[in-house]
Amino acid sequence: MKTIKILLPFLTLILLFGSCSKKGKKSGGALAGDVAEKVYVAPGEHDEFYAFISGGFSGQLSVYGLPSGRLFKVIPVFSLDAEKAYGFNEETKPMLNTSFGFVPWDDAHHPDISQTNGELDGRWCFINGNNTPRIARIDLSTFETAEIIEIPNSAGNHSSSFITENTEYVVASTRFSIPIPQKDMPISEYKSNFKGTMSFISVDKETGNMDIKFQLLMPGFDYDLSHPGRDKSHGWFFFTTYNTEEANSLLEVNASQNDKDFIAAVNWKKIEEYVNNGGGKKVAAKYAHNVYNDHTHTATSTIKDQVVMVDPRDVPGAIFFLPTPKSPHGCDVDPSGEYIVGSGKLAAELTVHSFSKMLKAIEGKKFDGEAYGIPILKYDEVLAGVVKQPGLGPLHTEFDGKGYAYTTFFISSEVVKWKLGTWEVVDRKPTYYSVGHLMIPGGNSRKPFGKYLVAMNKITKDRYLPTGPEVNQSAQLYDISGDKMELLLDFPTIGEPHYAAGCPASLLTDKSKKIYKLEDNKHKYAITKEADAKVVRSGNEVHIYMSMIRSHFAPDNIEGIQVGDKVYFHVTNLEQDYDVPHGISMIGANTSELLIMPGQTETFIWEPKQVGVWPFYCTDFCSALHQEMQGYVRVSPKGSSTPISYTLDGESTSGK
Amino acid sequence: MKKSKIIMLIAASLLLTLFIFPLWNITLEAPQYPDPIGMNIHINKIADMNPHDIQNINLMNHYVGMKDIPENMLEFSIFPIVVVTMFVLGILFAITGNYRLFLIWFVLMSLLGIAGMVDFYMWEHDYGTNLSQTAAIKFTNEDGTPMAYQPPLFGTKTILNFVAHSYPRLGAVALILSIGLSLVAFIFGKNENKKL
Repeated sequence: MKTIKILLPFLTLILLFGSCSKKGKKSGGALAGDVAEKVYVAPGEHDEFYAFISGGFSGQLSVYGLPSGRLFKVIPVFSLDAEKAYGFNEETKPMLNTSFGFVPWDDAHHPDISQTNGELDGRWCFINGNNTPRIARIDLSTFETAEIIEIPNSAGNHSSSFITENTEYVVASTRFSIPIPQKDMPISEYKSNFKGTMSFISVDKETGNMDIKFQLLMPGFDYDLSHPGRDKSHGWFFFTTYNTEEANSLLEVNASQNDKDFIAAVNWKKIEEYVNNGGGKKVAAKYAHNVYNDHTHTATSTIKDQVVMVDPRDVPGAIFFLPTPKSPHGCDVDPSGEYIVGSGKLAAELTVHSFSKMLKAIEGKKFDGEAYGIPILKYDEVLAGVVKQPGLGPLHTEFDGKGYAYTTFFISSEVVKWKLGTWEVVDRKPTYYSVGHLMIPGGNSRKPFGKYLVAMNKITKDRYLPTGPEVNQSAQLYDISGDKMELLLDFPTIGEPHYAAGCPASLLTDKSKKIYKLEDNKHKYAITKEADAKVVRSGNEVHIYMSMIRSHFAPDNIEGIQVGDKVYFHVTNLEQDYDVPHGISMIGANTSELLIMPGQTETFIWEPKQVGVWPFYCTDFCSALHQEMQGYVRVSPKGSSTPISYTLDGESTSGK
Repeated sequence: MKKSKIIMLIAASLLLTLFIFPLWNITLEAPQYPDPIGMNIHINKIADMNPHDIQNINLMNHYVGMKDIPENMLEFSIFPIVVVTMFVLGILFAITGNYRLFLIWFVLMSLLGIAGMVDFYMWEHDYGTNLSQTAAIKFTNEDGTPMAYQPPLFGTKTILNFVAHSYPRLGAVALILSIGLSLVAFIFGKNENKKL
């Protein structure tokens, strides 16, 4: 009976909003006359914004233009990508190394663009791998993954990868609490034995290189999302929690019982100081740190063996819990840094905490008990206000910089605009369907660009032509420049678009790299001119130092290879012209093609299994004579006396 | 000091700018080159207009059998010697103050300038018409003769999918100014002589 009582008002609301949605669709917000013009980017013209949209379970990061919704690039991050040979060529294989070995996939969730003084600086984009905890850094001059660091003592790296306002830290915290350190123990003893961690990963100001500065050993809750303080609250970080019940089974019921869970407020500056003064305990931990080098065009993977672990009880006054209703998901800080919005996904209201009230409550010791030694602040003492009857299933909020907040509601499938300070709802628009996160370019920074809003939807249903049981995920674009939001565009997205980061195109276009300079190529097997091409045998390994330029390979005929050899094709693209990559693949190679940018060297291994003469060719249409860009390898039986020889400029040369 | 002397000194000194500024520029435009590619012709080298332009011009041109743009030419060693010689000569003439010598310098420079243009044309002609027999693509004119790819000596011309622009640059302006000024120096010198 109790359940029915709770559900009844919800059902009424669903009906209410359900009918609203249908009406909205029929009247066709998107049919308004000038809408098409607003998203039309004429041929040859450029979009105003970049949107970096997480590729979800594809493990990648996709790059779209706004307002057109056109897909520009899929950046391989955590998953193999045969198109770009990411994880297939010898150079990038180390990028996917972990303490569990080569892990060729992950679940990419939350991208965030680097900032300086709380404003987007467009240097790097960070994104987390959720499944095998990792954080990646993407270089926004090359749009390629430059670094991946594994997060030890973590499981379900969900509350990541959010950055502080000068990119001092990128933060990763655990969704699943686990035994720390890991050990063999009964799952039923979860409560008070399992722990969660929050990792603060420092980012080098110049190189962007990441290093785990410290980990916080937290109670065994589930940590969902997080956001850094801004401006006045800079120095603090806020994390939502659920499952404060510490259930280990049937969480959909057992983790939904507490009336309030917490937002953890972490004074990271205080903990940083503590660690700088020698605080924290060095504990053994095994994790991979993978770095790609733009000069050697090669990644290296290093296994590290310890982290600094901080027990919050050793740094009193650094961490507090803000009670927040019903399993909050999004944890979003407004541009001024004063308001912390907790989206209790099972709550009927939206809770907003006040940073200044929080400081006062801490000072006045307005506590309501503690959890595992961490003080719980009194709800009423930190509350700034609530948005009443906003919708169903609030998930995530961003800001337009003009005093308004925009929250997504998963259950009622809508975006709701409300006013900071008065907490009144001023507009709502349906989404199709079941929206997760939303993104306003710069909307989680001090300086949002409040022109467009992208809603990332979980369900596509009838929005596009059907493609069998599996349909792409979907995003929707709203114009938020006026008083009322206006739906402008639907566009499909890869994987599941969990979250996105956007910035003005002008921030990136000028520094986008066009070619790699051949003279800077420090790859171990690079050649900078055709005359240096050669084939070298050492035991059963054969190294081919090959070059490619319009429209031929050097060498293009190779003899003296034997069955059972391990043949390394080290291929350098000698081009120095924008947008002239060449590809290469060899019949029967158990790997992907290579797609090599001008000035770059990449390697694939071919292990010939059959005697014969086997062709290779350029896989990327490069020029008028692309079809002529091909060659042969002669494979002789094992032990054959055919010497290594190859052709350069049509002449045969013997190898060594 | 006499005006004619000063002008002659300036005229001769202007030649030194040729070691800095290019004489000429040839730029190629095509749809697939949103940033046009081109070369700057100096007295001692042919240089990229933008990084790697020459490599990219060579890559395109080799399809129709054109030779690479030379890195070394006889002219690149002769021109600097001629320029330095003329500079020294100009300074010496200026110091003597003999306006008749200014006229000789003017005539000499004009002849050298014309010779330079003729030489440039001849190189261009060879570059655009002396094609490899093994070229991958052989275009012919309507009358069946092999198509030539010679860029214009001066002006703009469409060559297949490219529009080629060939125009003087700062070096050429300085050169013309230098020659002109030597004539002015001569006229001033003549007038100054009359007054005396």
